Amino acid sequence: MITMLGAANLLLANPLFTNLDQIFVLLRNWLVGFFPVAIRPAAGVVLGVVAIVCVFPGLFALTTVFERKGLGRIQNRLGPNRVGPFGFFQPIADGIKSLTKEDVVPFRANAVVHFLAPLVLVVTVFMGFAVLPMGRNMVLVDMDSGLLFFFAMGAATELSVFMAGWSSRNKYSMLGAMRAVAQMISYEVVLLLSAVSVVMIAGSLSLPAIVAAQNQYTGSFPHWYIFTPWGLAGFVVFAIAATAESNRSPFDLPEGESELVAGYHTEYSGFKFALFFLGEYLAMFSLSGLGVTLFFGGWLAPFSFLNFVPSWIWFFGKVMFFIFVFIWMRGTLPRLRQDQLMNFAWKFTLPFTLLNLLVTALWRFMGEGWQRWVVCTIILAAAYVIFGRIEMRRQHFGPRKYRYAE
Amino acid sequence: MLGDGILKGMAETARNFFGSYVSKERLTTVEYPEQRIPTAENARVFPFLVYDGTDWEAGMRCVACQICEKECPPKCIYIDKSTDKKPDYVGKPQFYPARFDIDISVCMSCQICVEVCPFEAIKMDTQFELATDDRFGGLLYDRKELSRSNEYYHAIHPTEAAEVDARLAEEKAKVEAKAKAAAEAAAAKAAAAATQPAAPAKADSSGLAATAPEAASLTDATKPAGGGS
Repeated sequence: MITMLGAANLLLANPLFTNLDQIFVLLRNWLVGFFPVAIRPAAGVVLGVVAIVCVFPGLFALTTVFERKGLGRIQNRLGPNRVGPFGFFQPIADGIKSLTKEDVVPFRANAVVHFLAPLVLVVTVFMGFAVLPMGRNMVLVDMDSGLLFFFAMGAATELSVFMAGWSSRNKYSMLGAMRAVAQMISYEVVLLLSAVSVVMIAGSLSLPAIVAAQNQYTGSFPHWYIFTPWGLAGFVVFAIAATAESNRSPFDLPEGESELVAGYHTEYSGFKFALFFLGEYLAMFSLSGLGVTLFFGGWLAPFSFLNFVPSWIWFFGKVMFFIFVFIWMRGTLPRLRQDQLMNFAWKFTLPFTLLNLLVTALWRFMGEGWQRWVVCTIILAAAYVIFGRIEMRRQHFGPRKYRYAE
Repeated sequence: MLGDGILKGMAETARNFFGSYVSKERLTTVEYPEQRIPTAENARVFPFLVYDGTDWEAGMRCVACQICEKECPPKCIYIDKSTDKKPDYVGKPQFYPARFDIDISVCMSCQICVEVCPFEAIKMDTQFELATDDRFGGLLYDRKELSRSNEYYHAIHPTEAAEVDARLAEEKAKVEAKAKAAAEAAAAKAAAAATQPAAPAKADSSGLAATAPEAASLTDATKPAGGGS
């Protein structure tokens, strides 16, 4: 192990690997060099924005085809395999289709709001990427309150959803939007509170600082927050809330096609619908990125001897793993009922996260040692079992019994 | 405990996901235009007309009796009877359809025409790729488009076709035996007449009886070699 660590250090000192690790930063600096000195900072930011705006939609296109193929395999089907080799040009065909489709706006719709809704969604979702560290030194804006900014932008997506649903003047859109907003607001609380426990330990709202706080290794094992009792509990709740926030199955009630046609984007077609689709996937990427940053050490390597692999590969690898889990869950779980959704949010996840905050405080103030591991694990495990038993017990609905009338 | 059902479900879907790459039995998809599975023997789509031999016009079994036209519930069969006659498979002179059209845009694939046909002339096809860009002319099939050889019938419905052929052969054998018996009787009579020379009226009837075996041998020539099996 020592020799391996030595080798890793050697590799880190090697300029080739440093260059590979920082290739995008170096590329940006090189490109910025062509601009006049006065506008260099602005040019650097614009280049970063362009990179984000190109990379994530590209990832979205890849994800759609992988998702369809993966879901197919889960159901013992082949999935799309007609366009290009193994069907990998499917997103191009889909893109052409959505671009050439007629853009229908309902006659009674509020045209301005109807037009703005998908734009607001995509713009606010893209804003979230600004504060995510995607590799060593690879963060567009190193904000001191990055996490707060991220959640503020995440909350703005609810506005766009309601804009879409309300402006369409369609009862399905409206009901879908109301469901979506109810769901997103309920789970926003849980999402925020589960992230707060990380902030309590890291002592910073800046996402690069949170990654830096996890950048320690015992032997070759990392100090990611997922490997602590409160971190694991926080991550489980975070993952559930993130799934609900991004309207993914099993929390895809807002677009439950059996009862609501397509929910808030019923009245959208062509490219506007594609923007909603894009926004949904981008939200999934950004929430996965946030989950990776908060609990899985962001761009850090899982073992210290793997440090020579460029940091951005780790970040995107972890995000893609999360996406895979999202798709896996979509292929497994049926949709929840509205009352189940709300019960789960308010009666299980919220008390559990509040307790997790308490446990995180305990962890912080019990100091180093094995005692805090035992105490925190026992409290959380007991709470999980008890909450699960009491709050989530099966409710039997039957015909109403009248006590006096009969 | 809360969540163990989810984990069980995830394990199940993971097993399906990886299993579909490993075992061929899981992946039951047939990629249709390139791969096909043979149609079931009792599949049926639209009717076709059976002919014996190689020439569809000469070997057509249909005798334009118009029973199918009358029985057809959606009235999608249109038949014009011919004015002349030609010999059928047993050699009996019969009408033939000068026009036999089926409008498959109207046909409901009920198979009633097949059930009522006394001549085994109309059967159900299994061909289902009938899409056309002309919905009127393209879906109205005339007798040439409807004609399929008996071999084709054997290929798509082997059991049923074998039964039909056996029945037809039996019928033909019966007719031939009858004709033979009649011919023998006529020959015997002619021989008897020869011994008694003063009988000119009998000679005409023996000449008429001789036409039946002749016609039978004519249909034998048009019938395929394996037709009777």
